Amino acid sequence: MLKGWKSIEPYLLVTPQTLVFLLFLVFPIATIFVVSFWEFTGYSMTPAFTLDNYITIFRSPVSLATYLNTFKFVGLVWFFTLIIAFPVSYFLAFHITSLRWQIILFLICTIPFWTSNIIRMISWIPFLGREGLLNKLLITLQITQQPLDIFLFSNFAVVLAMVHLYTLFMIVPIFNSMMRIDRDLIAAARDAGASGFQVLKEVIVPLTIPGIAIGSIFIVTLVMGEFVTVRLMSGGQAASVGSLIRNQIGSLQYPLAAANAVVLLVITLAIIMGILRLVDIRKEL
Amino acid sequence: MSNTPVSPPTQLGLAPSPSASGSTTRQTIAASTQGVMLRSVMKKYGSTVALEGINLDVPAGSYCCLLGPSGCGKTSTLRIIAGHEEATSGDVMIGDRRVNDLSPAKRSTAMVFQNYALFPHKTVWQNVEFGLKMRGVNERERKPRVDEMLDILGLSKFASRKPSMLSGGQQQRVALARALATRPQVLLLDEPLSALDESLRVKTRGELRKLQRQFGMTFIQVTHAQDEAFSLADQIVVMDHGHIDQIGMPQEIFNAPASRFVARFMGDNNIFVGQVTSVAADGDARLIQIEADGLGTFLCRGQAADVGTTAACCIRADRMQVTPLSSAFDPTQPNQVAARVVSVEFTGYVTRVSLVIEATGQEMLYKVSTHGWMTQPLNEQQLVCLQWSTDDCIFLSH
Repeated sequence: MLKGWKSIEPYLLVTPQTLVFLLFLVFPIATIFVVSFWEFTGYSMTPAFTLDNYITIFRSPVSLATYLNTFKFVGLVWFFTLIIAFPVSYFLAFHITSLRWQIILFLICTIPFWTSNIIRMISWIPFLGREGLLNKLLITLQITQQPLDIFLFSNFAVVLAMVHLYTLFMIVPIFNSMMRIDRDLIAAARDAGASGFQVLKEVIVPLTIPGIAIGSIFIVTLVMGEFVTVRLMSGGQAASVGSLIRNQIGSLQYPLAAANAVVLLVITLAIIMGILRLVDIRKEL
Repeated sequence: MSNTPVSPPTQLGLAPSPSASGSTTRQTIAASTQGVMLRSVMKKYGSTVALEGINLDVPAGSYCCLLGPSGCGKTSTLRIIAGHEEATSGDVMIGDRRVNDLSPAKRSTAMVFQNYALFPHKTVWQNVEFGLKMRGVNERERKPRVDEMLDILGLSKFASRKPSMLSGGQQQRVALARALATRPQVLLLDEPLSALDESLRVKTRGELRKLQRQFGMTFIQVTHAQDEAFSLADQIVVMDHGHIDQIGMPQEIFNAPASRFVARFMGDNNIFVGQVTSVAADGDARLIQIEADGLGTFLCRGQAADVGTTAACCIRADRMQVTPLSSAFDPTQPNQVAARVVSVEFTGYVTRVSLVIEATGQEMLYKVSTHGWMTQPLNEQQLVCLQWSTDDCIFLSH
């Protein structure tokens, strides 16, 4: 009896975790996957196995353009968060030598996270708007005569808000990677005659790549699924796959939304697998 | 403080290399070497003084060990020579150049770091190549030089491996190869053996010494292990609390420690502290008598001492004679004490006898060859008389 108990004990131990995963991860995704093959009319959907939903996605120029636009957001946000996060992390990790100041400055980086996403986005509006601070400044400086419309409710505003929202997700892993670099490695590189730029290129950047990879995964997953920022900051003028899915759900086109969700998921996973194949991040975990 | 300059070993760099291949090219590596001079080098961290006015001459082509306990300033001294730390004041000279304001790479020094600091993302070959690449040596010239270094250190078959795939000893050799590849004139080693296990340490010690002879380069090594310093160095610099306590050849440091700190740090010395009661001329030296409360009087030779000052002398644990205490013991005779045997420890060739002087509670150590001990064993708790000659008793001025 006791022996029988022993043999199933490990399985019992993992059961709660497995149930949680099944219920909250596997089951919803499986449902979406199944529904993506269903048929639908304007008013109802019926279980079936049809590829029509997928064919619609790949045939429709609108949805293809939306996918392209989403990739553009991912690319731009990734690029800008990276070029902001790398110098910030570098400064924190290598120029600030006292741990106390490192902690204080790092906390300052996290201040935007003390308020909600929506509030952070909305706070851009008075700054970027037609009558906003930025336009007033430009007019005062006589850089432009007329207020410019391109700042708010545009792709520019979307990318700006997302960079603002997500840069910390890039800073944290890069900073973490940099803090793990043995300072003697830099001394050794200097000893061997490396200039400041060479130390950066030969030692710091290669050893920071895993952190960059982790940050990139965060950015890709976050931006791929974005729809709130896109909607709010573009004033409904730009679209991402996320907002497309949301609109389709709004108009009860569940199977089509599900198919889009599956395509989006597959693309996101493919990008992440691509990153993981290029970079070994295990040491960072 | 004795400050005898050490003559460099003869025929450096021209000694026939042990393996037949590459001996001509190896001479080119040992093209030139420079000595290192420190003049009143001081280092402060905030208000803490880490080094207080270090003066040091390391002759070209010699092997110098900076020896001392952790926190004595030896590593700071090395890093100041390397240029990884800046001296607060004072001059660092390499050859006849003042190098204070030069970057590490421009000092013709190379450093081997304590934990090797190998680039984990580069292969062994790329690690060794690094210094040449940074100095802009072109690729065609780099390859033979890297191959040669790997060959000298027996690393050729690991060339394409990453450092994490090597053993500690192999990593250490990669660190050496990387430092030597740029043909420095002075090699600086920070505790190069401390991460190795005991047997490997002894073996690597021999290899270091051989390399130094082969390249004929000035080696300055930081260590806290006296056996390491004894076996490697031409010149040992004993440091304590940011200053140099004694500079000398290994035999000198061992036979004639100059201070209480050095005597204690070398181990196996029995130290007696007391008042100087008389100083008499004795040839070139002075015959100094020290009286210690409850211990008796001690006679030793030294350069100078003032009557009435506090001074100390020491006697090495193996330079005493032990006899059972008899009624003939005369406490007024110099250089003898009565003590009780506390414990006897057999350690192989040597037997260690711990004793205590009951009058003051001072502990003593007596070391004798196990063979000698067998012929005249003493029992624990037995009272004995320890005595020694004036020639073996060493005066410690501070």
